[in-house]
Order: sequence, then structure tokens, then C-alpha cells
Amino acid sequence: MRLKTFKGGIHPADMKEISMDQPITTLAPGKEMVYLMSQHIGAPAKPVVKKGDTVVIGQLIAEAGGFVSAPVYASVSGTVKAIEKRKNALGDSVDAIVVENDGLDTESEYTPASLDSLDKDGIIKRIQEAGVVGMGGAGFPTHVKLSPKEPDKIDHIIVNGSECEPYLTSDYRCMLENSDDLVQGLECILKVFPKAKGVIGIENNKPLAIQKMQEAVKGHDRIVVEPLKTKYPEGAERSLIYAITGREVNSSMLPADAGCIVNNVDTVIAVYEAVIKGKPLMHRIFTVSGDAVNNAKNYDVRIGMSYQDILDEAGGFRETPEKMISGGPMMGFALYGLDVPVTKTSGAITCFLKDPVSTAVETPCIKCGRCVRGCPAHLMPCDLSDLAEHGEKEAFAKRYGMECVECGSCSYTCPAKRPLASNIKAMRRTLLAERRK
Amino acid sequence: MDTVYNVSPSPHVRDNVTTQKIMGAVALALLPASAAGVILYGVHALLVLIVSIASAVLSEYVFEKITNRPVTIYDLSAVVTGLLIGLNMPPEVPVFIPVLGSIFGIIVVKQLFGGIGQNFMNPALGARCFLIISFSSQMTDFAAKGGIMGASAVDAVSSATPLATLKTGAAFPLGDLFLGTTLGTIGETSAFALLIGAVFLLWIKVIDLRIPLSYIGTFFVLVLVTALIRGYEAPLYYTVCEIFAGGLMLGAWFMATDYASSPMTANGQLIYGVCLGVLTFLFRMVSKSNEGVSYAIIFMNCLTPMIEQFTRPLAFGIKREKEAKHE
Repeated sequence: MRLKTFKGGIHPADMKEISMDQPITTLAPGKEMVYLMSQHIGAPAKPVVKKGDTVVIGQLIAEAGGFVSAPVYASVSGTVKAIEKRKNALGDSVDAIVVENDGLDTESEYTPASLDSLDKDGIIKRIQEAGVVGMGGAGFPTHVKLSPKEPDKIDHIIVNGSECEPYLTSDYRCMLENSDDLVQGLECILKVFPKAKGVIGIENNKPLAIQKMQEAVKGHDRIVVEPLKTKYPEGAERSLIYAITGREVNSSMLPADAGCIVNNVDTVIAVYEAVIKGKPLMHRIFTVSGDAVNNAKNYDVRIGMSYQDILDEAGGFRETPEKMISGGPMMGFALYGLDVPVTKTSGAITCFLKDPVSTAVETPCIKCGRCVRGCPAHLMPCDLSDLAEHGEKEAFAKRYGMECVECGSCSYTCPAKRPLASNIKAMRRTLLAERRK
Repeated sequence: MDTVYNVSPSPHVRDNVTTQKIMGAVALALLPASAAGVILYGVHALLVLIVSIASAVLSEYVFEKITNRPVTIYDLSAVVTGLLIGLNMPPEVPVFIPVLGSIFGIIVVKQLFGGIGQNFMNPALGARCFLIISFSSQMTDFAAKGGIMGASAVDAVSSATPLATLKTGAAFPLGDLFLGTTLGTIGETSAFALLIGAVFLLWIKVIDLRIPLSYIGTFFVLVLVTALIRGYEAPLYYTVCEIFAGGLMLGAWFMATDYASSPMTANGQLIYGVCLGVLTFLFRMVSKSNEGVSYAIIFMNCLTPMIEQFTRPLAFGIKREKEAKHE
């Protein structure tokens, strides 16, 4: 049988073997924990504690700033040391609550519930209260995602287990080690959408995960596991929806318009913990990888822990890296330093001894068409990049430049080493900013 | 002791394919055909190839130095152009002719339009056509003096090129066409050597099948139908001879696939290939000339921007405007 996939895409070396076979290790939290108020798309959370307050694990420290927002909970017990600006992974200064960890791990009481006892609204409310957001990177509040305008039209709840980004293996390990929690979490979401079926899409370079999940869904009639072709960016939302349902979603649509809701593996597990265990979102699975680190593997880390503490706990650097990336090498952000806290959406840090981009020499476009064939949005990146460089806003928009998903496949594949993706991204930012005005 | 780390926009990894590697691969893929040319036609052929490459590279270097542009000879594209010009020369051509061809191809066709990637026409074919017009007798004298063919050319009968024979409606020994033991330009005669290079380029994905296959396929069908209508003996055999004769193999695999002068879009490449097939058929089978590959390709080169314009892929998730209007 032909594996489901999308048209376009590239095949970067997946480099998952470095970290994929080690079990998830739980890391002790650091001395100082930093909780950013913007760990999601939407209004920042508002602090409900003040300097000097004592907090315990699972205590609400910032409430949601609106409907499209999410609350933040303390993941350690200790004292609020400061409420101040701190740097996020992008290098921007944002509001944060800083907690001094007392190391006692005093924990609040949670109220577990059985799925049978909850109705649709109850499930969504528990997800909203727990502060669950899309943990794959976008950080869209999950309760908003689960409240589409026309809930009856939702017929696919997709779990994104494709993990197409090179080096990252956290979803893979979760599927191997927490497969039952994942299925439980998906059942919670399926209860909200009685007409939908659950599909867990996994790239076929993870045969063990496919096998494990197929075993875990036995007896769950509404859930299927769908092996997908290994290709980047199989896990991009629009590519994944197309691969699984054959439906196309463009930039002015939501997945719900195509009857789909897509959630990342870690998010669905967080849904399970929120709905069934009553626990707020306080930890996540985090990949540490790259050739510059000593122990490349996955760690269960508490949100708020700094990248520095994680690396110290994880065994540090083999050698000083030239480049460090929050996330994977295709779509991650290059880090200025390690004094950055883990948020709900940070999935990995990858550290490299060499930065191939810095030594790449840009040469003229030879019109080979590799970027055209690789583009999952079916654009002509070489032309769009040219238009962007020349500030041709109208032509850029007319040629559907706004449909770019910023996957970086064009830059990756360009033999002339042209910065196609960053030119296009810059133009998209400009146009988006103008439209907001 | 703050360490300064590299920071740049994503993606942070790049494919290891470079322009230089691609051009190097094309040059490598042309080696079997070059070797065949030297074996078939002797040392003079080797001299022609070397002089063509050297003058192409030198033209590029000198032009870029004079115009104060970055020197691009290391991307090896001038080597490929020079080599293709050499392979398109008759075996005994006076060496000043390929030198003029290389200068014209590199400076007029390539550099004056902006250098690599900007040329609207294949520089090697532009040069060939320039030379055919300027030195028609030298460029169409395919007599061989050296190599295997030089030794056997005592036989005056074989002095006709395969295409001239095929023009009369008669077939030509297919074995000779496949191996290249016929008369023609240095690099075009050995279909076998050219196919080795083509398979290599397909395997490493420098080219794909769209242009060559639609080109050769269209040409095949049209010639076969014509051969049937005209009542040629063994029409299928005749058609296969047409495919392997003349510059079709060299043109379809190595020159029609030139990146800068062929469409980037998938559908555009198919249209381009089909049109090449039709044009080559018209030139060879309908018009008075024996050969038509070079003219077909440079003609289609000129249409490439238009084809690309009309075959722009529709962005993912966007409905065609016509359909959208009906809704």
C-alpha cells in the first residue's frame, strides 16, 4: 500500500538515531524557575501572585488574560523572587514570574475525574483551567481549538506523531513510553466531538512507535494509526491534514474549516493529565541533541527551568558549540544564550559544533527548480525571494507568498545557498504587520 | 566569559548539493561521450575538447575581470559550456572555430545577459548555431581522419552521416548508431556513451525524466506515424534509428535539460519537451534539413519564460479562479 503523504517536501538527514533509543529521564528542577506570561498565542497571562509569596507545585500563579489565553502554574514550591522582564528564546524581553525553588516539592491536591462523569463542556473547562496549549511550537490554547464555530463538522481529530523535524525524538519517546496516556487523552477529545474519528499519524521511519500505538489503540474503535511517508514537513499542519484526509487548507482557513483538529503528541498527553488527573500543565518532554552535547536524549523537564540548568543536569557540552537552537534545525530559533526558560512550547535544544549556514557562500540562482519541487505550499520560492528582496509587495501577495508555511525546505535544498526562506519570511512579516494596521 | 554563539534565521541546515557539484556532475556525465569521441575520431577531437573548455573558462574569467564582477569560473558552469561546445564540433574542425564559439557562447549568450542562471538560451547551442551560420562548410564537414572512424573511413560510402541516410527513408545499422561508429560531431554519435552519462545524472537527481522523456517520446510517436504513412520499410526500426542518430541523445539529455533555459515548473517541463519533439520532427522529417535538435532547443529556450508564466503551480489550498467564480 502506498503511504499517505503530501506533494513537495524534502529529505534532510533525520539524525534521530542520536537520541531515539534512550528512555526519557526526569530532570530535577533548577534553583531559579522563570515562568513567562506569554507561552501561548493570544493575550499574555496576568500574575496573581506578588513578590515574597510562597507557592506550591500546581498553584495558579498567573490567570488567563482573556479567552484566547492560558493560565500558568508553578512547577516547583518556593518563593516568588521577582515579577520582571526576562528574555525568551527569541531574545525578546517579556513579563515573567521568577520563583526561588525551595527544593521541598510541596504539591497541591488535584481533583481527578473519570471520563464518564464529564460532559463536553466539563472536558473543555478542565483543559482550559489546566493551561493546556499546543505544545508543538505554535502554542495555540487547546480549549479554543476544541471550541470551533461548527463542532458538528469536525470529523477528524488528528494526533501529529510525524515528528518530521530532524534530531527531535520527544514525540517518539512519548508514543513508546506513554502510549496509553496518549490514547486516553485522545478519547477525552473524541468525547467532545462525537462524530469524529481519531487518527494518529506517524512517519514510517518510526516503526516501533507505529507498532506500539497500534497495540495501544486496540479496543478503541474510533481511533486508528496512520503510517505516513517520511518526508519533511510531513508534520506541518496543512501537509498533515492533506496527507490524512486529502483536504487542502490555505492560510485564510483554520483546520476546523476542513473538519480537522490537529494536536501534537505532548499536548494530547497534557489533555489526559488535565482531564483525568486534574493536573495543570507543568512539565513537558524535551529533546537535548546535536553533536555538541554529551548525553543526547529526552528529558522530562518542568516548565520554567532554564536551558542552562537542563544542559548542566543533562551532562553539558562535549565541546563549546558554535550554534545552539531552541527546537530543531529546520524551524528552530538560534539562541543568543542559555539563560532562557523552558515554556509550554519549547520542545528541544539542539547544539552544533559547526554552523554550516555561516560558511555557506551565496551564489546566483541557477533556476534548477529544486525549491519549486520542494515547496509544500506549491509556490515558486526562488521568484518570491526575488520579489521580497526587491520589495515588490503586490506581486509577492499575488503570487500567493502569504501561503508560505515557513518550513525552510527551499533554503535547505538550494544549491546556490540562497536565503530564500528568510527573505520570504521577512516579506510575510511586513505584509502581516501592514494588514493589522 | 560570555561565549558568542552564531545566530541566524532558520533553517540551520543545508543540503550539501552546491552549484559547483551539480556542474561537476554534468561534466563528469559527459566524460563517457568525450572519451567515445576521442576513441572514434582521434587525437584532434581531444584537442578540440580541451581548447573549447579552456577558451570558455578563459572568456568567462577575462570578461568578469574586465567588468569587475566576481569571478565565477569555479562553479564549473563554463567548463560544462566549453565541453558541450567541443562535443558539438565536427572531429576535424580547425581549432579557431570552437574558440570563437566559446567566446560567443560565454560572453554574448551568457555574460551579457547577467551570467550564470540569467542566460535565456543555452550558451553552447547559441554558440553552435552562431558557428553553423558563420562557418557552414567547416561545421558540416564530418569527415574523420583519426581514431577508429579515421581508420575505416577509407570506405567512401560511409562518409554520409546517418541523418543524411535516414532522410532518404532508408534505415541505418542500429548497432553503429548505438555505439557511435558513424560520422557526426565529436560527442553526439555514441548513444551508448551518452546514455551512461544520462543514467548517472538521473541517479544523482541532477536531471529528471520529464524533459528528455516527453521530448524523445513525442518525437518517437510522430516519426513512427510518419514512417507508417510514408510506407518506409521496417518503420519501428527506422524510428529507433532516428532516435539514436544525430544530436537527439546529446540534446535531449544534456542540453534541453539546461536549468537556466528550460522551465522550472513540472507541467512547463512537459510542454517544453513535447514542443521540442514536435519541432525536431518538423525540422528533420518535414523540412529540407537533416538535423533540427539545436534549432528546436534554442527556439524553445526563447519560449521558456512564457511557458513558465502559464504553468505556475497553483498554491496549496487555493482554488483555481475560474472555479472560485462559479461558486
